[in-house]
Amino acid sequence: MPLIRPFGINEFWIIVLAAQWTIALSAIAFAGGGIGGLLIALLRVSDAKWPRLIATGFIRIFQGTPLLMQLFLVFFGMNILGFAINPWLAATVALTLHASAFLGEIWRGCIEAVPPGQREAATALGLRYFNRMRYIVLPQASKIAVAPTVGFLVQLIKGTSLAAIIGFTELTRQGQIINNATFSPFMVFGTVAAVYFVLCWPLSVLARRMELRFSRATAR
Amino acid sequence: MYNFNFEPVFAGFDQLLLGAWLTIQLSVAAMIIGLIVSIACAAGKTSGIAPLRWVIDAYIEIIRNTPFLVQIFFIFFGLPSLGIFLTPNSAALVALVVNFGAYGTEIIRAGIESIQKGQIEAGTALGLSKLQIFRYIIMKPALRTVYPSLTSQFIYLMLTSSVVSAISADDLAAAGNNLQSQTFASFEVYIVITVMYLVMSVGFSTIFSIIEKAAFKYPLSR
Repeated sequence: MPLIRPFGINEFWIIVLAAQWTIALSAIAFAGGGIGGLLIALLRVSDAKWPRLIATGFIRIFQGTPLLMQLFLVFFGMNILGFAINPWLAATVALTLHASAFLGEIWRGCIEAVPPGQREAATALGLRYFNRMRYIVLPQASKIAVAPTVGFLVQLIKGTSLAAIIGFTELTRQGQIINNATFSPFMVFGTVAAVYFVLCWPLSVLARRMELRFSRATAR
Repeated sequence: MYNFNFEPVFAGFDQLLLGAWLTIQLSVAAMIIGLIVSIACAAGKTSGIAPLRWVIDAYIEIIRNTPFLVQIFFIFFGLPSLGIFLTPNSAALVALVVNFGAYGTEIIRAGIESIQKGQIEAGTALGLSKLQIFRYIIMKPALRTVYPSLTSQFIYLMLTSSVVSAISADDLAAAGNNLQSQTFASFEVYIVITVMYLVMSVGFSTIFSIIEKAAFKYPLSR
């Protein structure tokens, strides 16, 4: 077998199929980030001071540092805690924490966008924190939240590419591997970019449409 | 129990400071050039010339829907096959400008569209030239409106710039990679670097709010 093989249809499919790992990583981080984000958002709008401070600190740290460093810290930090070095687990944990912070901040804004009269009326009707959130505030906030959440999903899918740097073989890493074998970077990274585009662009368009529809609905 | 050992990290702290300085230079240069690109593209997009708008739209959509890491690989590894050779640092700068340009265009376009038509018509009625209208009537208030989005985009750019370490540019993250391969104190090195990034992003947002207070002192309306 020659040392450098040409970029053919097989190489193309290897790259396209590697997208399943990008999708899996995004899906897990999005699901985990959804749970974590809800928790962070609720802590952030809590009436008590300490939960609010903890949530604010969490958000500040994750929004003020690079995702790459978050990945490295989880990757090497897990080793210190006694886990074997595992890029898949490290990427999942880091992206989940990252998504929790960003979704928490996005959803905090949505919760605060619900008119305060709604919360006051619920309190006046005798609803406690949990029921007030469950039946009054969150259903209204979730409508506002859909468009920016889809927008963040695009950012998260793009963010999973950094898992390639800690050695997890998803779309970008697979591109690097194929590039090392074929040495046709123009084709390889063009294909990788095209696959990301196919994943992200429909979501971007969807987010924009929903935002437009929402702003029209509330303009009246 | 793991024993943290920060000594080798602080022994090589000058390397990290040098890296941080390059990260700052890279981000500030990318922001300034990227801002020029953004203003030009936003002007082109709102000019009403259809083919120009399509090209700019394609640029924005492609950049915003692909990861920065792939963009930089494409520029650093892909462009040489077209005969364009770049050093890691200049490839990093080009990639950051191209990336910031796409996000910046959308931000500035939003600012331009927030200017009411009557303002522009008033400018025309006063006999101002096209350039004067663009400079004084459109851009000045538009930049003020979008200033908060632009500054948070800049901080995002600075954090994203850590990715250029993947093509071994000399930024802070790359300085960290070198230091951790010399010292094997990986976790400690990345803790220190992460804190440095945090300090830089807090520092820049403080500087930006001081600039905001100084530059936008004039009242919005009477």
